[in-house]
Amino acid sequence: MLKYVLKRLLVSLLTLWVMFTLTFFLMHLTPGSPFLGDNKITPEIFANLEAKYGLDKPILVQYEKYAQNILKGDFGESIKLSGQNVGEIISRKFPYSLKLGLFASAIAIVIGTILGTISALKKNTSADRVIMLVVTIGIAVPSFVVATVSMVLFGVKLHMFPTVSNLDTLSSYILPGFALSFFPLSFITRLMRSSMLDVINQDYIRTARAKGLSERVVIFKHGLRNGILPVVTYAGPMVAGVLTGSFVIESIFSIPGLGSSFVTSITAKDYPTVMGVTIFLGTLLIFMNFLVDILYRFVDPRINITK
Amino acid sequence: MVKELLKINDLKVSFFTPAGEVKAVNGISYTLEPGKVLGIVGESGSGKSVSSYSIMGLIDKPGKIVWGSITFNGKDVSAMNRSERLNFSGNEVAMIFQDPMTCLNPVFTVGNQLAESLRHKYGKISKEEVRKRSIELLTLVGINVPEKRLSQYPHEFSGGMRQRAMIAMALAGAPKLLIADEPTTALDVTIQAQILELLKDIQKKTGMAIVLITHDLGIVADMADDVIVMYGGRIVEQGSVYSIFHNSRHPYTKGLIRSLPDLKKRGEKLIPIKGNPIDLLNLPKGCAFAPRCESCLKVCINHMPAEYATEDGHRTACWLYDERANNSGEVKNNG
Repeated sequence: MLKYVLKRLLVSLLTLWVMFTLTFFLMHLTPGSPFLGDNKITPEIFANLEAKYGLDKPILVQYEKYAQNILKGDFGESIKLSGQNVGEIISRKFPYSLKLGLFASAIAIVIGTILGTISALKKNTSADRVIMLVVTIGIAVPSFVVATVSMVLFGVKLHMFPTVSNLDTLSSYILPGFALSFFPLSFITRLMRSSMLDVINQDYIRTARAKGLSERVVIFKHGLRNGILPVVTYAGPMVAGVLTGSFVIESIFSIPGLGSSFVTSITAKDYPTVMGVTIFLGTLLIFMNFLVDILYRFVDPRINITK
Repeated sequence: MVKELLKINDLKVSFFTPAGEVKAVNGISYTLEPGKVLGIVGESGSGKSVSSYSIMGLIDKPGKIVWGSITFNGKDVSAMNRSERLNFSGNEVAMIFQDPMTCLNPVFTVGNQLAESLRHKYGKISKEEVRKRSIELLTLVGINVPEKRLSQYPHEFSGGMRQRAMIAMALAGAPKLLIADEPTTALDVTIQAQILELLKDIQKKTGMAIVLITHDLGIVADMADDVIVMYGGRIVEQGSVYSIFHNSRHPYTKGLIRSLPDLKKRGEKLIPIKGNPIDLLNLPKGCAFAPRCESCLKVCINHMPAEYATEDGHRTACWLYDERANNSGEVKNNG
């Protein structure tokens, strides 16, 4: 097990390095500069700014310098928010995305699993049809529509929840949490439904019934444990994605999270921020996938990851 | 007189599919005494498995018991409430299945699944007690190093071992009846023999009755006290194992026995029963076997035969044994 973890760690570092390099060069390949904005600046000022951030040096030199800083744990200074370290920006904004993301992930996984199971057990009944209708909408409708519609309906018209969420009360979580989790929830419901439909026709379910176990034990012990595997697979990257925040949701609900700064930094060509956030997101994603692989082993003993 | 353990009376089971009503079991009746082994033979689709699943309440939608009664130990199974039903399954009647590869839950240890059956029987018993009994059971079914095996998963067991584990689970509830649905079909021949020996051995030790469902006449001859031959959801012939094999009366049973390979006659072709199994969606008005029967009479096609019994309790559902049979004209099926 330890050997596996170490091996996995090495592979992860390699992946991160490749991602880091690709992002770095792709970013610099795109034309333009962070300083060519709306304001006209003289060539002298432009040259000075380039020199300040080291952008006048050859690309390989920049790469080397940046890589060295990263290894020291220094993400560099943001170009747009001058004077602010990218590491600080992430640690300031990430907690908002994290809190909302955890809330949304928990909702998506728990409710998705339950709805999918109900749907499978009540296949072709009206309950199943209603659930399937709702989750099909959840998959088809983009999150900005879900967010604005729910905001107008429950926030503006019904005054049930706040429309601007600073995430300090539970009620402020509800609308952005719902908007963020609706798609993964719907996806998990569909995954769980098809997986449970397969599982409840398996021979071992018949064995469990023949043993005289109650239907509750048959479904929740013997069925769920087998049926949940595809959900575990999907949930890993999903959680990573949701945790790093959604630009759309955060913009609509005015949440000062990481998702919005990721997108604004790209349009502003704020190189250090783009790199910092990319590395952060990449690490999180790799970690979640690693976690999922470990989890597999506990959910299904037939999967032997160490081999 | 020995009281019967299991009594099935005019049982009819149908599956209501979009294509129509599939009559899987069409009015079968039999009784089983405690401690006896009843062999049920028949080809695929003859209703042998479905009839036993209905005892366990394992008929799923769109299947339904449409008629008849199942009485176990004097109690009507269909009238049981939920908790009686759960207690009945596992503790009164246990079942083992055809494919031990898929019948054990892959994500729980064998010990865990065995403990489930033990707790079902004995309620809340201590961990040590469960462990002690589990080891006893695994030893009884001939699994070596049971202490170690308990913490292993089904995929770490071989096919024969899994069937042994299934049998151990079935025995955990100390049932009065074991239904074995083709218990050896998925196993290779040497393992088959071992499992059958084990079943015989356990049957002797515990005195439980066994309903043995199989399409292998050899297994029936080896193990059963009484035999039921099924065709098209009906019992065509039933009697003691001796009379079924030595005085078989129904043309289908005769055909089955004739189609067995003979070790003494090398190089001879096997004699099959001609034709195909019947379509359960469109059962004929008369005897289901009539289209394939070599001794088919006119009456067979449109009229269901009654059962004709001899003194030793051997019963055959065939018009050939009606006293009027000799007078009516025969319609022979020539292939």
